[in-house]
Amino acid sequence: MVISNKPLRFIVATLVVCLPFFSFANPASEVANTQTEVAQPATATASGEVKTETTEVKSKIKEFIDHHLLDAHDFTFSANEETGEHYGFSLPIILWDNGLHVFSSSKFNHGEAIAESDGNYYVLHHEKIYKTAADGVLTENETTGHPTNATPLDLSITKSVVGILGIAVLMFLLFTSLAKSYSKNGGIASGAGRFFEPLVLYVRDEIAIPNIGQKHYKKYMSYLLTIFFFIFFLNILGLTPLGFNVTGNIAITASLALLTYVITTLSANKNYWGHIFWMPGVPTPMKFILAPIELLGTIIKPFSLMIRLYANILAGHVVLMSIIGLMFIFKNWIGSSLSFGLAFALSILEILVAFLQAYIFTMLSALYFGAGNEEHHHEEAH
Amino acid sequence: MDKLINDFSFGLFIWQILIFVGLIFLLKKFAWKPILDAVNDREEGIKNALESAENARKEMQNLQADNQRILQEARLERDNMLKDAREIKEKMVADAKTEAQAQGLKMIEQAKAAIESEKNAAMAELKLQVSTLSLSIAEKVLKDELSNKEAQTKLVEKMLGDVKLN
Repeated sequence: MVISNKPLRFIVATLVVCLPFFSFANPASEVANTQTEVAQPATATASGEVKTETTEVKSKIKEFIDHHLLDAHDFTFSANEETGEHYGFSLPIILWDNGLHVFSSSKFNHGEAIAESDGNYYVLHHEKIYKTAADGVLTENETTGHPTNATPLDLSITKSVVGILGIAVLMFLLFTSLAKSYSKNGGIASGAGRFFEPLVLYVRDEIAIPNIGQKHYKKYMSYLLTIFFFIFFLNILGLTPLGFNVTGNIAITASLALLTYVITTLSANKNYWGHIFWMPGVPTPMKFILAPIELLGTIIKPFSLMIRLYANILAGHVVLMSIIGLMFIFKNWIGSSLSFGLAFALSILEILVAFLQAYIFTMLSALYFGAGNEEHHHEEAH
Repeated sequence: MDKLINDFSFGLFIWQILIFVGLIFLLKKFAWKPILDAVNDREEGIKNALESAENARKEMQNLQADNQRILQEARLERDNMLKDAREIKEKMVADAKTEAQAQGLKMIEQAKAAIESEKNAAMAELKLQVSTLSLSIAEKVLKDELSNKEAQTKLVEKMLGDVKLN
């Protein structure tokens, strides 16, 4: 990928610039540690306590990141650890388990309680709902560590679903207002749509037309525009402090990639299938070898789309949260402020990545649609 | 990979597909189609406006060229007319001149002829007068000098010779 070179270079440059600060900061804190030890020789266990406290903070941060990366069944803005109080609101739980079960997520009490619905008992474990007996005990698989309990079909309105719905409503309002502003304002966009019109034109002129071609691009425009803005807005939403991680969820990217695959497959012309099953211009034995490879390629393409978006956004969130977590590990003014600066720089970078990933996903989808619609005009090229 | 599969939430997948497909169709009807149509219309409008401006410019140029050509033709025609007029004038002057000359010559000729005839008439008259005078003189002389015959003849001859000399 040519495009992703830039942010990579930027990250490397930032790290190199920050290296001297790091190498300076660590000895300083060590000196501070030894000084305290010298000053208080009587409490020799103090440093040990500090160490366990640090590892505790570390594991807490790791747990927090892990928790953030998962979907959530309730909407929590913050929580008080000592009192166990959560600030936020509950979301509806919808389960299909030999009948529909609908109840509020407050029944789980953030994974601490067993929810009972129509005589069935459910437990929330790592944001996954398991069916248990009345005692709520989960039996764990010894090799993987995952519970072996039955999982009902979980159609809950989770935090991610709320995010998707929110973005869907936002997009609908935004773009219908843009559409209306044309007729109202004599063919010129007004208001917030003014900012998005160039993006719409960009998707049309730089993504759809060059990759699909002037002849066929129109029927794919709705999908490409929707997917571009959907991914872009969700990526940006993931950078807000609300704590959404929607595009970094494999289920979301899988569904998007699946749609691209389905559209490519359904709209492909004869020529496309001809190239897959009976590659023209190669010896007949090769055709038998190439067919399964080509067929596999059609699946690998959307699969790579799924993994690319998922991994990019997930990695962005992990790195950003780890650096924010570093502030609490350092607990001194040099390290923490440095972490803050790095987190700030990375957040800006993540905005670029948010746009870039939306662009890449749309661009590659357009490329696949274009391949499916290619006319039979390059016979001599084979 | 195991974690990936474990994290895969089928419910979220279904919700996402439902919401996303719904969103595509809703936006297609209420947003993308009007937006793209409006943008296309605008682009067409701009293209047409530019084209018509270009056409108008070309027409203007044509008009200007026409004007120039007509002006040129008019100028040429004027020059020709002036030239013709000058030629006609010169011709007329020349004609008048030759005619006047011919007329003059003719008049001079006539005058000459008239003078000649007048002169001849006057001569004849004179001759007649002279002869009558001479006769009368001769009569008188004769009357006087008839006695002298020789002198008479001499005188007549002498007188006649003088007349002829005239």
